[in-house]
Amino acid sequence: MTDQWPILSTLTFLPLFGALLILVIKDEGEAAKRNIRNVALLTSLFVFVLTLIMWAGFDKNNPGFQWREQIDWLGKGLGYHLGVDGLSVLFVVLAAFLMPFAILASRYSVKERLKEYMVAFLILETTIIGAFCALNALLFYIFFEGSLIPIFLIIGVWGGPHRAAAALKFFLYTLLGSLLMLVGLMAIYWQVGTLDIPVLLSYHFPVTMQIWLWLAFFASFAVKLPMFPVHTWLPDTYVQAPTAGTLMLSGILLKFGGYGFLRFSLPMFPLASAKFAPLIFVLSVIAVIYMSLIALVQKDMKRLIAYSSVAHIGYVTMGIFAANIEAVEGAVFQMLSHGLVAPALFLSVGMLYERMRTGEISAYGGLVNNMPKFAAVFMIFTMANIGLPGTTGFIGEFLTLIGTFREHSWIALFAATGIILSAAYMLYLYRYIIFGSLSRESLKSLLDLSTREKCLLYPLAGLIIFFGIYPAPLLNMLHGSVELLVNNYQQALANSNAIFAK
Amino acid sequence: MSLFYYAIVFLPFIGCLIVGLWGGRLGARGSEFITCSLVVIAALLSWGAFISVAFSDNDALRISLLPWLASGRLHCDWSLRIDTLTAVMLVVVTTISALVHIYSIGYMHHDASRPRFFAYLSFFTFMMLVLVTSDNMVQLFFGWEGVGLASYLLIGFWYQKPAANAAAIKAFIVNRVGDFAFLLGVFGIFVIFGTVGFDDIFAKMLTGQYADKFYFLHWQFSGQKALDVVCILLFIGAMGKSAQFLLHTWLPDAMEAPTPVSALLHAATMVTAGVFMVARLSPLFEHAPIALLTITAIGAITAFFAASVALVQNDIKRIIAFSTCSQLGYMFVALGIGAYGAAIFHLFTHAFFKALLFQGAGSIIHAVSDEQDIRRMGGLRKYIPATYWLMIIGTLSLTGFGIPGTFFGTAGFFSKDAIIEASYGAGGALAHSAFWLLVIAALFTAFYAWRLIFMVFHGKPRAPVDIMHHVHEAPPVMLVPMVLLAVGALFAGVVFLPYFFGAEYQLFWNGALFVSADNNILQQLHFVPLWVQWAGFAVMAAGFAAALLFYIIAPALPAQAARLLSPLYKFLLNKWYFDELYNFLFVRTAFAAGLFLWKIVDIKIIDGLGPGAIAARVAAVTDRVARLQTGYLYHYAFAMLIGVTAFITWIIFGSLN
Repeated sequence: MTDQWPILSTLTFLPLFGALLILVIKDEGEAAKRNIRNVALLTSLFVFVLTLIMWAGFDKNNPGFQWREQIDWLGKGLGYHLGVDGLSVLFVVLAAFLMPFAILASRYSVKERLKEYMVAFLILETTIIGAFCALNALLFYIFFEGSLIPIFLIIGVWGGPHRAAAALKFFLYTLLGSLLMLVGLMAIYWQVGTLDIPVLLSYHFPVTMQIWLWLAFFASFAVKLPMFPVHTWLPDTYVQAPTAGTLMLSGILLKFGGYGFLRFSLPMFPLASAKFAPLIFVLSVIAVIYMSLIALVQKDMKRLIAYSSVAHIGYVTMGIFAANIEAVEGAVFQMLSHGLVAPALFLSVGMLYERMRTGEISAYGGLVNNMPKFAAVFMIFTMANIGLPGTTGFIGEFLTLIGTFREHSWIALFAATGIILSAAYMLYLYRYIIFGSLSRESLKSLLDLSTREKCLLYPLAGLIIFFGIYPAPLLNMLHGSVELLVNNYQQALANSNAIFAK
Repeated sequence: MSLFYYAIVFLPFIGCLIVGLWGGRLGARGSEFITCSLVVIAALLSWGAFISVAFSDNDALRISLLPWLASGRLHCDWSLRIDTLTAVMLVVVTTISALVHIYSIGYMHHDASRPRFFAYLSFFTFMMLVLVTSDNMVQLFFGWEGVGLASYLLIGFWYQKPAANAAAIKAFIVNRVGDFAFLLGVFGIFVIFGTVGFDDIFAKMLTGQYADKFYFLHWQFSGQKALDVVCILLFIGAMGKSAQFLLHTWLPDAMEAPTPVSALLHAATMVTAGVFMVARLSPLFEHAPIALLTITAIGAITAFFAASVALVQNDIKRIIAFSTCSQLGYMFVALGIGAYGAAIFHLFTHAFFKALLFQGAGSIIHAVSDEQDIRRMGGLRKYIPATYWLMIIGTLSLTGFGIPGTFFGTAGFFSKDAIIEASYGAGGALAHSAFWLLVIAALFTAFYAWRLIFMVFHGKPRAPVDIMHHVHEAPPVMLVPMVLLAVGALFAGVVFLPYFFGAEYQLFWNGALFVSADNNILQQLHFVPLWVQWAGFAVMAAGFAAALLFYIIAPALPAQAARLLSPLYKFLLNKWYFDELYNFLFVRTAFAAGLFLWKIVDIKIIDGLGPGAIAARVAAVTDRVARLQTGYLYHYAFAMLIGVTAFITWIIFGSLN
C-alpha cells in the first residue's frame, strides 16, 4: 500500500456507495423517482470525472502498473491488489464514461422498480471497473463473474417480451465458460502458489499446462466477446435487453473477453497462444464474414446491429493474436472505438423503438423528412461502423489489418472483405429507415431529437470524429504497455525455439 | 506561404461547416453566397499556387499539421504536400468546383434543400483537396473514402427517389470493392518499405532499401514482382474510383445525382482520382512492368467498351457518363505506357470540356422540363442557341478537333492525340493493340458525341407541345460558368501542351512525375509516322460523317440498323449485361448465403445442437413460469451468487491446507 490516495478503490466502490444512497430513498411518488435518477446520474458523473483525473495522472511512459494498491486479504497470493497499465486504463475510463449514458438513456423508459434498476446499474459499474483494475486473478474473477448478476437481472426484469429466455441463454453460455476459467484458476494456484497477476506475468508455465490453461480461459473469453460459434446468445440478449443494458453489454462488458486475452492468454501462455493463433484467426475471419452476411438479411434493426457488433469483434481477436505492435494496439483501439460506436448505434435504434414500439426495419422509412438531426448523427454512426477514415472505426480496423497482414496476408485478405460487407448492410439499413419519402401515417408525427437525446448522441458523435482524426491521446497510452507485452511474447517464443533447437 | 495552402484546402471546409450547421438559419441565398465565395477564393489562390510551384524549380513543399496514426513502425501525419502534380490538381479541382458552385445557384434554383446541397458540394471539394495534397498513403485513403462519401450523399441527394438511393448505395459498395484491394496494396507498401509516406517510399525506391521478399497469400514475391503485386492491388482501387472496366457499373447509375454533381464529381474531378494516384506513385509503377501492362490493357478495354455502349444510349447524361468512362480509359493507357504527363494533360483538358458538356446537358434538361431522353428532344437549336454553341465547343473538344502538325486545335485534340500517338510510339504488342482500340474508340466517340448534338438540337422537335412551349435559355448564372469552361475547352490544350507533355516537361514537372532511365516515350513521339498523327483526325471526321448520315441525312437508318443487328444492339443497349451478371453473381448470392447462415447454421445447427439447445429447453419452461412470476429470476441470480461464493471458498480453504 502506497501513501497516495487509493483512487482505484474509490473508483471501484463509489458506485456501490451511490447504490446504498439510493436504497435509503423511499420509493414513493415522483419526487423520490427524481431523486433516485439524480443520485444515480450524479454518482456516475462523479466517477467519470474521477477517472479523468486518474487518466491525467497516468504516466504513459511507464509500461508497468500504476496507481497500485495492495492489501493482504485472503492470505498469501490472494490479496486485494489493484492497478492499471496502458492496456486497462482506457477501459476504466470508457466504463465510467458510458455509465451516465446508460442512466440517462433509461430516464423515461423504465417505469417499474426504478430503485432496483438504478441499484443494479451502479453495482454493475463497480464490478466492471473492479475487473479492469484487478491485479489479482481471483479478484478479477469475482468482479468478472459478479458483473453477470446485475446484467442478468437487468435483462430478466426490465427486458423485452422474451426476456426470460434471453437472460437464461445468456446466463448458461457465460456460466459454461466461466466454470472452465475457474478450474483454470485453481490449477494456476496449485502450480504457482499465487494468483497475483504481476507475479504470474513473469512466471513460465510448462508447455502442456499452458495449453490446458489457454483452453480454459479461452472458453470464458470466447463466450464473452463473443466469438463464433458461441455467439448465438448475443442477438437474443441484445434484442431483449433494455437499451441501457444493451449499451453496457456492447460498450464495455464484451471487452472483458478481449482484455482477458491481453491480460492472461497472450502474456501468461505465449506458447499456447502461438499454437492456437491459427484457430483464432479462422474464427475471427468467420466472425467477420459470417456475421456480416447474416446482418445483411436481418429484418430487425437491433438484431442487425447486434450481428454487426459481433462482426467487428472479429478484428479484435484477429489483432490480438497477430501479436505485433500495430495489430495489438489496433485491437485495443478497436475495442475502444466499438465501445463508442456500438452504444451509439444501439441508443439510436432505441430512440426509434421508444417512439414506435417496433424494431422492424420495414415499419420505418423517410425519417430524414421529420427527423433531420437524428438522420445526421445516425449517418456519422453508420460511417463509423463502416470504418470510414476520419472516424474511430477506421483506425481500429486499419491497424489490426495492417498488423495482421504483416504476419498472415491470407487472414487480412479475408478479414478485409468486411469493409465491403459492412458498407452493404449499414447502407441498406440507413436507406430503409432514413431515406425515401415519408409515406406512413404513423411516422409523420415523430419528433426529432429531444434535448436529452441530443445529450446522449452528440457527445458520442463528437468523440467518434475527434478520436478518428486525432487518436494520439488514446494511442499514446497504449504504446508502452503494448510494446512490453509484444516483446515479452516474442521473447518467450524465441526462447522456446532456442530450447527446441538444442 | 503555408497559410496560403491552408486557405486553399480549408476554405471549402469552412464553407461546408458553416452551411452544414447553420444552413437553415442562413437560408438558401446566404448558404450559396458563403460556399461560392469561399470556393472562388480557393480557386484564385490555387492559380497563384500553380504559377508559383509549376514555374519554379523548388522541391516539393511539405507542411505537417497534426500527428494522426502512430503505432509500432507505422507513422503518418495530417499534412499537405505541394508539388507540380498537386498544383495541377488544385487548379482543376478548385476551378471546376467554383464554376459548378456558381452554376448550381441557377440549376438548383427550385430545390428546397439548397443549403444541404451546397454543404455537400463544399464537403466534396475539401475531401478532394485533402486527397491531392496528401503526403502518405493513409491520408490519400482518407480523401479517397471522403470523396466516396460525398459522392454517396450527392447521388442520393434526392432521397425520395428510390432509384437515387439505389444508385448511391451501388456507387459506395462498388467503390468499396476497389478500396478493399487498395487497402491491401497499402498494407503491401507498408510491409515492403516499412513506411507509408510518399517521400520515404520514393527515397527507398531510389536507393533500393526495401524488403526484397514479400509474402502475399501463399506466394513469395521478390524484387520487381513484389512491386507488381502491390501496384496491381492499388490499381484495382483506381479501377473502382475511376470506373474502369469491371468496376465501372456504378458510374452510369450515378447520373441520378443532380447534373452539377455529375459535372464536378463524375466527370471532372473525383473519377480522375485513380489517374492522379497512379501518377503520384509513378516512382513505384515505373518499376512494376506487369502492373503497367495491366493498366494499359484495362484502360484500352475501358476506352473501347464504354465508347461502344455510349453509341446506343438514349439518356443524355448516361451518354456523357459512358464518354467519361471511355476518356478515363485513355488516361489509363497513357499511364500504362509510361506517358504520365500525357495522362495528367488529358485529365486537365478533359475536366474543362467534360464539365462543359455536363453543364450544357444540365442546361438542356433544365430547358425541357427535366426530360433526359434524347428521343424526346430535337430541334432545340433555335430555342437555346447559347447552350447549343457551347455544346458544340464541348463536342469539338471531346472529339479532338484540330489539324495535326499545327497549333490549331481544341484542348481535347492536343491531349487525346498525344495519348494515341504515345501508345503507338511506346512499342510492344500490347501497346500496339491499345493504339488500335483507342483509334476505334475515337471513331465511336465522334459518332456518339455528334449523335447527341444532332438528336438534341437538330431535326424536328419531338417533345410534347406544352414542354416546347416552356423551353428557355439558361440564366446568366449558369451560362457564365459554361463560357469560362468553354474557354478552357478551346485553349487549355494549345497553351499547356509544351509544359505537360512537351519541350518544357522537365522544368514544369520538376520530378513530380518520375520516369525511369529507359522510359523515352517523350522522344519516341518525334518518330511517330505521319499516318498515325492523322489517324485521330480521320476517325474523328468519319465519326462525324456517320452521325450526320444517320441522324440528319437519312434518319430512318438508325432504326433499320438496330433491327438488322438486333443482338448486337441489345448487347450494347444493356451495357454488355454487366448489371445482370453482377446481380446474379454477387448480390443475390450474398443475400442467399446470409439467409442460409442465419436460418440454418445459426438457428438450426448452433442453437439446435450446441449450448443453445440446453438454454432453449430450459427457457421453454421458464418462459411460462416467468409470465406468472417475474421474481422467479431472482432465484437464478441468487443461485449464481451462492455458486460463485462456494467455488471461491473452496479454492481458499482447499489451498490453505
